[in-house]
Amino acid sequence: MTFAIEALNVEKRYGALQALAGVSLAVAEGEFFGLLGPNGAGKTTLISIIAGLSRASAGQVRVMGSDVIADYRRARRMLGVVPQELVFDPFFTVRETLRIQSGYFGLRSNDAWIDEVIHHLDLGAKADANMRTLSGGMKRRVLVAQALVHRPPVIVLDEPTAGVDVELRQGLWRFIRRLNRDGHTIVLTTHYLEEAEELCDRIAMLKAGRIVALDSTRNLLDTFSGLVLKLRLDRDSLPDGLEAEILSRDTGRFTLRLRDYAALEEVLHRLRGAGAAIRELELEPPDLEEVFLRVMAKH
Amino acid sequence: MGSFPTLLYKETLRFWKVSFQTVAAPVLMALLYLVVFAHALGGRVAIYDQVSYAQFLVPGLVMMSVLQNSFANSSSSLIQSKITGNVVFMLLPPISYLEFFAAYVLASVIRGLVVGAGVLAVTVWFVELHMVAPLWVFGFALLGAALLGALGLVAGIWADKFDQIAAFQNFVILPLTFLSGVFYSIRTLPAIWQAVSHLNPFFYMIDGFRYGFFGMSDFPPLASLAVVAASFVLLSAGCLLLLRSGYKLRQ
Repeated sequence: MTFAIEALNVEKRYGALQALAGVSLAVAEGEFFGLLGPNGAGKTTLISIIAGLSRASAGQVRVMGSDVIADYRRARRMLGVVPQELVFDPFFTVRETLRIQSGYFGLRSNDAWIDEVIHHLDLGAKADANMRTLSGGMKRRVLVAQALVHRPPVIVLDEPTAGVDVELRQGLWRFIRRLNRDGHTIVLTTHYLEEAEELCDRIAMLKAGRIVALDSTRNLLDTFSGLVLKLRLDRDSLPDGLEAEILSRDTGRFTLRLRDYAALEEVLHRLRGAGAAIRELELEPPDLEEVFLRVMAKH
Repeated sequence: MGSFPTLLYKETLRFWKVSFQTVAAPVLMALLYLVVFAHALGGRVAIYDQVSYAQFLVPGLVMMSVLQNSFANSSSSLIQSKITGNVVFMLLPPISYLEFFAAYVLASVIRGLVVGAGVLAVTVWFVELHMVAPLWVFGFALLGAALLGALGLVAGIWADKFDQIAAFQNFVILPLTFLSGVFYSIRTLPAIWQAVSHLNPFFYMIDGFRYGFFGMSDFPPLASLAVVAASFVLLSAGCLLLLRSGYKLRQ
């Protein structure tokens, strides 16, 4: 089977610093894959190696089956990268920028697709404006457009929504989801965990250059996260023997952390057994932030 | 052909969009040199028979402009891309190191020749000049521009800051051009300084280029051409090795 991205024991050292300490992962074609981790975990380093911007100290990386060093021409044609930094060339307009980027991939009559990308990213009004005159959000869109000019089957977005307003963020995600539905593989790094939870099929969590969790988003949520139950009772005490961690209590109000939905059954059962009446109840479902914090604390 | 035509187009368009700075300004600068030096030294310095000082000076100024602007083009373009980060747009696509080298050097050659032609076009209004061997003129301009374009590329790869490029320009390129015989013939120098001048590769470019105008030179033009060509080949090999290794571009 050909993977969209395949990394095998990738290591990267900068002098004494070990940025990646043997990372292996495989992203299937058509997946929406999240790469999460705190700052300095090695996400951008891994992306740089996948994109050929940086060379691994050891290990191998393939994009759509092509080695990023030995067969870099094909590997790079298969890959579109949206860099994290808001970079641009101040000499050119939006359209010139996209035409030039397209030409770098050997595509010299690509105007129909460039127009389509401009349209979908809502850049039409600024197509002939110089890059310097664009707002940060607009520049970010051009970066996305540049990554797409050669219609790569695999798209890597390195924190594409950092410092981007809500409207653009949502528009961007609609577009990226559409690309994913059309068959593009998407790899995403982000600090917004709710975005990753909503978008990604599978998630890898990196810490200090190692993968510390790699599973489907659903499994991660099921495995690591508990539920938070907020209760207001007709009394100031809870029944004995509750298998729940009490996060806070305050005259009839309790916040409990439960392992899972079975534990919720158990709590309700004991409350009924003790004759307690529930005045208010609020249940917060598991979220990725909780999973992330637990995974990071564990490793 | 791949990425090369687009990279060449981008590099050429880049300087052309700011041609007031990259073409008009150096032409004006050369004209000022001509006016000031020809006025100050005209009639006092005789180099070849039947060649006035102003006539002698013009080819030197043309070639100096060619060389300085070829260097400025590749070095400033690359350092700007590195510092602003947009070099990433050239590193992500499948551009080979050979294409990268060829596009940067050729764009530098174009800028050098455009500026050189501009200087020539402006100065011939003031000084009567004939080319006795235009092929020599063109050959030296082309090779000299390519050599400096490659040198600018090496400087752009190596430098991390604008200051370093400026230092390279002020402390290497400028002294070497000024001491290469742009404003004088090295035959007027004491023997020791003549010998030192022969170590300066810029001397051979200026001297060979001038030969194309007057059919006279301080050094045999074919030997000068060989020196310049050998320097270009050596420097290009070094530059290609740097690019292939990814030095300072792909960590």
